[in-house]
Amino acid sequence: MSAPAETANSLLEVNSVAKSYGALHILTEINFAVPAGEAVGIVGPNGAGKSTLLSVINGTERATAGSVIFDRRDVTKLGPEVRAHAGMGRTFQIPRPFTHLTVFENALSGASYGAGLHGKAADEQALYALELSGMMDLANTPAGRLPLLARKRLELARALATRPRLLLLDEIAGGLTEAECDSLVETISGLHASGITIIWIEHVVKALLAVVDRLVCLASGTLIADGKPDLVMSSTEVRRVYLGSGI
Amino acid sequence: MPKLIAGSVRVDRYQRRALVTGVVAAAAFVALAAAPYVLDPAVTSSWIKLFYLITLATMWNLLAGYAGMVSVGQQAYIGLGAYGLFVFNDMGFDPYSSALIASVAVGVIALPLSFIAFRLRGGYFAIGTWVIAEAVRQIVIRFDNLGAGRGRSISNYTADPVFRNMFTYWLALGILALALVVTFYLLRSRMGIALQSIRDNEVAARALGINVSRTKRIVFVIAAMGAALAGSVICIQAIGVASPNQIFSVSYSAFMIFMVLIGGIGTIEGPILGAVIYFVMDLYFSQLGLWYLVVLGLLAILVTLFLPKGIWGAIHERFNISLFPVGHRIVPVADKFLPQSSAQPTVKEKRPNGRFRR
Repeated sequence: MSAPAETANSLLEVNSVAKSYGALHILTEINFAVPAGEAVGIVGPNGAGKSTLLSVINGTERATAGSVIFDRRDVTKLGPEVRAHAGMGRTFQIPRPFTHLTVFENALSGASYGAGLHGKAADEQALYALELSGMMDLANTPAGRLPLLARKRLELARALATRPRLLLLDEIAGGLTEAECDSLVETISGLHASGITIIWIEHVVKALLAVVDRLVCLASGTLIADGKPDLVMSSTEVRRVYLGSGI
Repeated sequence: MPKLIAGSVRVDRYQRRALVTGVVAAAAFVALAAAPYVLDPAVTSSWIKLFYLITLATMWNLLAGYAGMVSVGQQAYIGLGAYGLFVFNDMGFDPYSSALIASVAVGVIALPLSFIAFRLRGGYFAIGTWVIAEAVRQIVIRFDNLGAGRGRSISNYTADPVFRNMFTYWLALGILALALVVTFYLLRSRMGIALQSIRDNEVAARALGINVSRTKRIVFVIAAMGAALAGSVICIQAIGVASPNQIFSVSYSAFMIFMVLIGGIGTIEGPILGAVIYFVMDLYFSQLGLWYLVVLGLLAILVTLFLPKGIWGAIHERFNISLFPVGHRIVPVADKFLPQSSAQPTVKEKRPNGRFRR
């Protein structure tokens, strides 16, 4: 495990975080820090606790132990809505669309509350998020009628509408065609270039490597590798959890 | 602030349709308000029931259909509204002002009760609200000056029956109008988006920055105040008499659920339609006694099986009409407003009429 970046300019710090449900330990002793502007990828086998880690960061789940510091503020005990106001945007691996609202209204929800905008400013922010995520053509479609892939893009659109400083992405590339994946990578690279800090869980490693500056590998609820993407991918530990112990 | 597409589309709130609805509703309101001068008092006073039924259905729909809180305990606030009427009437207010003051008082009572109710979710919330309603009834009947278990009647009443009927009618109509205006306004406002997001997915709503418990609490209090107003109308119409077993009866909740489900939950039109259907059935078939209840139950089963979104839901789906538009629609801006920005060349070239290629 490499040492976390210096605390002074970290946007996010995860300190000794643990999460358990009764006797079931999902996360144990997670430590890492993300400097502002960095894009971090998270890889790891199914059930490693990746989504739970995002939930603990954005507040959908409360950490059992440890602390989450966002922008030098201890947010460990704060609800997800407060963290959204503070600048955390999050997508869900299993999409959670507001099915009776249109795609635009879904984004408007994030723009009005997460970004705290009113009236025309909220409308524009929502439209901007739709444009960025390629959802403009579907703006008037009720979200309940979207197919799965569009629901995943809607997750991205909504998160972007909150005008996040830290964007938490949970497997948004899975199932996309080559071309769709390329355009998604381009979008996220653009967001990264604009200064948004990104934490991205993804099984499509190729997409991940095209964007991230740093890779973290999670297995059985602990961090087993953290560093430069190519080094992490070639480390024996990571290869072992992905490909089996024989390697 | 990015402006890349902001120039080529705009957000339409169906303002024109909303305006038509507003004008028609205002005209209907004026006509209904004038009705007692024209029609037989027996006719108009029978409409009072329709007015408070629509009010109750609308309020329950706001609670369950928009904020996702399925309550079977709204009779707590109906009863408190009626009893509040006695309290403020005893203090010297006329019955109609007492109804309004009582509603505010009930809002104040509902706020702390929400902290108890909100500890529970889903089915537990439903049962919890019922338990709260039962507890409220038990507390109210401890007071001898409120008639204890027997109930009581109002002390200072408008003596002339003609005036009494007219005032009660106007009170019921005013309350109905208030309930509809508040609901329509709330859903068109910024909070409407929050409410509908919460209804569809609470976890995502919170992650997007919506303060779920505060939003729900506001709706809970509004729905309680609406139920209280309806409760005082029910009491005044029953010549100012209320008994705890009747006014705190869970059957009010059953009827509210019936009206909203039949009409169409999660729409403004549905509860109105459901209330009208229930009112008409009650008017013509209630003398059938038990069979009437069987028919009501059968109707509820048939509608849930074949029209799960209710009658208005089915109409809306088939014809895509909505009398109370609360949504947003993205439309291209009118041609003449197309900005001369660099982001637009493809749009210009697509125009076959050459209006942009001079």
